[in-house]
Amino acid sequence: MKVTGAQAIIKALEIENVTHIFGYPGAAICPFYNALLDSNIKHILTRHEQGAAHAANGYARVTGKTGVCVATSGPGATNLITGIATAYMDSIPIVAITGQVPTNLIGRDVFQEADITGATAPFCKHNYLVKNVEDLPRILKEAFHIASSGRPGPVLIDVPIDVQNSELHFKYPEEIDIRGYKPTYKGHPLQIKRIAEAIEKAKFPVICAGGGIISGKARDELMELVIKCNIPVVTTLMGIGSIPTDHEMCLGMLGSHGSYFANYAIHNADLIIIMGARVGDRAMASANKIAEKASIIHIDIDPAEIGKNIDVEIPVVGDVKSILQDLLQVVKKGDTDEWLEKIRKVRQEHTAKRKGTDEDIDQDGAVKPKFLLKMLSKMMEDDDAVITTEVGQNQIWAANNLTIRKPGKFITSGGMGTMGYGLPAAVGAKVGCPNTRVITISGDGSFQMSLQELGTIKQHKLGIKIVILNNSRLGMVRELQKMKYCSRYSHVSLEDNPDFVKLAYAYGINGERITKNFEVEDALKRMLSDDKAYLLDCVVDPEEPTL
Amino acid sequence: MAKHILSVLVENHAGVLSRVAGLFSRRGFNIDSLAVGITENPEVSRMTIVVDGDEYTVEQVSKQLNKLINVIRVKKLEAQDSVRRELALIKVNASASTRSEIIQIVEIFRAKIVDVSKNTLTIEVSGDEEKVGALEDMLKQFGIKEIVRTGLIALERGNRHIKANNNDEE
Ligand SMILES: Cc1ncc(C[n+]2csc(CCOP(=O)(O)OP(=O)(O)O)c2C)c(N)n1
Repeated sequence: MKVTGAQAIIKALEIENVTHIFGYPGAAICPFYNALLDSNIKHILTRHEQGAAHAANGYARVTGKTGVCVATSGPGATNLITGIATAYMDSIPIVAITGQVPTNLIGRDVFQEADITGATAPFCKHNYLVKNVEDLPRILKEAFHIASSGRPGPVLIDVPIDVQNSELHFKYPEEIDIRGYKPTYKGHPLQIKRIAEAIEKAKFPVICAGGGIISGKARDELMELVIKCNIPVVTTLMGIGSIPTDHEMCLGMLGSHGSYFANYAIHNADLIIIMGARVGDRAMASANKIAEKASIIHIDIDPAEIGKNIDVEIPVVGDVKSILQDLLQVVKKGDTDEWLEKIRKVRQEHTAKRKGTDEDIDQDGAVKPKFLLKMLSKMMEDDDAVITTEVGQNQIWAANNLTIRKPGKFITSGGMGTMGYGLPAAVGAKVGCPNTRVITISGDGSFQMSLQELGTIKQHKLGIKIVILNNSRLGMVRELQKMKYCSRYSHVSLEDNPDFVKLAYAYGINGERITKNFEVEDALKRMLSDDKAYLLDCVVDPEEPTL
Repeated sequence: MAKHILSVLVENHAGVLSRVAGLFSRRGFNIDSLAVGITENPEVSRMTIVVDGDEYTVEQVSKQLNKLINVIRVKKLEAQDSVRRELALIKVNASASTRSEIIQIVEIFRAKIVDVSKNTLTIEVSGDEEKVGALEDMLKQFGIKEIVRTGLIALERGNRHIKANNNDEE
C-alpha cells in the first residue's frame, strides 16, 4: 500500500516506539501535522521551538529514550538551533524533524526558507536533507540509530513539503549498515588489564565520573568498582547522580564551581580514572598540570575525546558499562586507606570552617539559596524527584547543595550553559515521567528566556514546581564583574522585573513570593503539598556568593 | 610546522565536502590543500588532505574526521611510503627571445607545453610539491601570469591500500 512521505514519517516514529513529540507547526510541516492526527502519538505544543528542542532533551534524559521535536521551515527551524546545540554539547539523543520549502525552490531564498542542514552541521551528530521520498524510511531508521548509539547526540531531518506529500511504498528497513559509523563498544582487553594493574598499584586514586556514566547506564557497575576498590569519586556537572551525592565516597563536583574536596582530590591524586567525561575547561582548567602529577586513565565511547584536552596514559575506547563489567572481572583492590583518611580529614576541617555559614543563618534575612536547597532535599528524602536547572548561580547552587541519589534526576545544560533550558526541560521531564515530581530551579534572568512555556505547562496540565531564586540580577555575570572587573557592573540589573507570581496567575498557575529565610520551610511545604504546578518566587540577596 | 597527508574515503553524497571543509574551519585546523575525486567505487570518493600542524593536530583532525558519519576511513600517509603528485598549469610570458630558453627548461622538468600564444606559453607539469615549486622558481624570471594547482593527491606505494568496505589492508 502506498503512503505519503508525511505518513511514512509517522509510521517510522511509531515503529521506533515514539509516544510523545514536542513541536510547533507551520505551513511547511503541515502534511506531517495532518498525518499526526491519525496516530496515537501525543504531541506537546510548546510556545517556542527552542522550548520544543529543550523539552525533547529533558524527555530523553529522564526516559533514556530518544526525544523528538518538530518545527516548520525557516524561522521554526532556526529557533530549534540553540536546543539542538545544547543537546549536542551534552550528548543527548534527539531527532529533530523540520519542514522545508519545496525541493524545486530550495536555494532561491523563497518565503521561510533556511538552509537548516548547513546551519546545524556544526552541532548535529548528523543531519539529512531528504530529496527523495523513497529514502525516508531508511533515513528515519538511521537517524534514530545514530542519535541513540555510540556517543548520543542530535540528528536533524529536513523534509521538503513536496517530499512529505509524495507517495512511496513504505517498508521500514530491518537492519542498517552505515559504512562510516561503527561505534566501538567492547573495550580492548589489554587496556582493561592495564587499568586493573594501575588501580592495584595506586595509593591515591580518584574516579572522575561524567555524563557518560548516566547515558551509558553504568551506575551499578561504577558503584561496584567504588566499593570493591575503595576509590573515591568526583563528578562533573553532567555526572551528578552517577553516585549518590550523599554517599561517603562521593566528593562532589569538581572544577571552577565545584567542591573544595573534589578539587583537592584531583590535585593530590596519583591516579585519575576519567569515565564518560570530556575534560571540559570548566572542570579541569589546568588539565595538563594535573596530568603531570597523576597517571590518567580515560574511558570514553568517543575516541575523539580521549587525549583532546589532557595527556592520557591509558586510553580505552568503548562503552563504559561494558568496560566496567570487564574490569570488575579482573581488578583487585589496592591500598587506599591512607588516602581515604586524608580526604576524611580535609573534609572535616573544611566543614568545621564553614560551620556557621550554613547553619546559623539569619532567619530574618533574605532567602539563602543554599539553605533553601538543602531544606528542599531534606523534605524530599524519599522522593524520586527530577530537578532541572537554569544557568547561572541557581545552577551551581543546585549542583552543590541538592542531594541527588540517582542518575537522570539532575538535568542541567552543562556543555553550552544555555539559559532558558530549565523550564522547557522540566516540561519534557514531566511528560516523560508524569508520576514523578519535577522541580525546576531557576534564576530570574533565565526564567524570562522561556517563561512562555508556562502556557505549555498550563495547557498540558503539567504539575511542575518552579523555584525562582530571584536576585533581580544576572547573578553569575554580576559576580564575575564584581571579582574580575572591580565591581563595575555593566548591564546586569533586572530591577524592573515583573511580579512573577502574578504572571503565573495570569497563566492560571498558583504561586507565592517569599522574602525572608524563616518563610522557606512553610512555603516549600505548601509548594510540595499537591501535584499541581506552582511557582515559588524567592527573594535572594544579590551579594549572595555562588560558592 | 610539518605537513601531513591524510587519505580520506568518504561516501559520495551531496554535502560531504562542505562537512569536511567546515570541520576544519570550525575546529581551527589549517588545510594546506584538499583534492577530491571519485574512486573505483562510484559510491565512494577519496579526499587527499594536506594538513599543517604537529602530531597532536593531525591526530585530532583524524579523530574528528572519523566522527563524521559520511567518512568511511581516514589514513595518514607517510611521505616515504607514498606516491605523491600534483598537477599545475603555469602561464608564463614568452617573447621570441625567451621562448627557446623556456622550452629547454620545460624539457628538463619533463613538463609539457599545452598552449601557445604570441606572448605566452602555458605549461603543464605534474610531480610532487618540490618539483612543481622548482619549475615555478625557474619560470619566475620570465614573469608568471597565472598559476593553477590541483593540490596534492597521493596513494600508498606497493600492495598496501585502503578499502572502503572493510578494515583489511593488504
Ligand atoms: C542564552 C544565554 N545567554 C547568556 C548567558 C550568559 N550568562 C551566564 S549566567 C548568566 C546570568 C544568569 O542570570 P539568572 O538566570 O538570573 O541566574 P542567577 O545567576 O542570578 O542565578 C548569564 C547572562 C548564557 N549562559 N546563556
